[in-house]
Amino acid sequence: MAARVRALETILTQKGLIDPAAIDVIVDTYETKVGPRNGARVVAKAWSDPAFADWLRRDATAAIVSLGYGGRQGEHMQAVFNSSDTHNMVVCTLCSCYPWSVLGLPPVWYKAPPYRSRAVIDPRSVLAEFGVELPADKAVRVWDSTAELRYLVIPERPAGTEGWDEERLAALVTRDSMIGTGLAREPEAT
Amino acid sequence: MSRHDAARLSPHLPADSDGPVFAAPWQAQAFAMVVALHERGLFSWDEWAHTLSTELKAPDAAADGSDYYDCWLRALERMLASKGVVGAPEIDDLTEAWHRAARATPHGRPILLENDPGA
Repeated sequence: MAARVRALETILTQKGLIDPAAIDVIVDTYETKVGPRNGARVVAKAWSDPAFADWLRRDATAAIVSLGYGGRQGEHMQAVFNSSDTHNMVVCTLCSCYPWSVLGLPPVWYKAPPYRSRAVIDPRSVLAEFGVELPADKAVRVWDSTAELRYLVIPERPAGTEGWDEERLAALVTRDSMIGTGLAREPEAT
Repeated sequence: MSRHDAARLSPHLPADSDGPVFAAPWQAQAFAMVVALHERGLFSWDEWAHTLSTELKAPDAAADGSDYYDCWLRALERMLASKGVVGAPEIDDLTEAWHRAARATPHGRPILLENDPGA
């Protein structure tokens, strides 16, 4: 595969369609600069700043860009808030659409057929495999991402974090909690 | 050594708790080429999602998703062919040239296409 990719890169460079230096910048960006820490900062701000949370609810794309995390595919973002009666979970049944700008590249399981097919049909058993047991009366809502619209789950703020600053709060926000296959960490677990 | 440790020790592969995001450098290159071509306007992201989806749903695709970037590369080639940019024969020829160059290059030296003895 390596030789084939090199061949493609050579052809596309010769045709003036790509610039190898720009390719290196993209690789470097996704390897080192973009990742779930971006999303964790969005969640921590939403927990501590009601005005930001409100903006995130109304126009997540703009609210997220205001923190410097812009999408490269021109996709729209929607923030879905977990509450005491609803748990949200995100999948892409079509392929692997994912909010790259706030979560980086998707984990292996997100791209794999079992998750893509089962998340919609039987979300509770998928959640159980991730170690998430929800009360029976809590609704599970599954959001199917598309190329145009990606979702970010805003997990519930753990109890016992009153007065915490955003940086401390962000450390409780895991990648899985923003996909909906996990919950935010409890304070004593950090 | 666990998979996670191996990922951490590899300086150029991004890692998360599931291991490296890319399992090999060529996957990162293939990923970045699609991002760059989309930014250049060669195709919309919607077109890309559908092309990739077709490859991921092919009957011979791996059930565990381990061939995700193989599908990604096939989707890229399919997209380039449909846009009239380059067809499979041209890619095949140059791939073979890279293989010949690699075999003709002494160990430890950078592999250059100019090293292809068949060129």
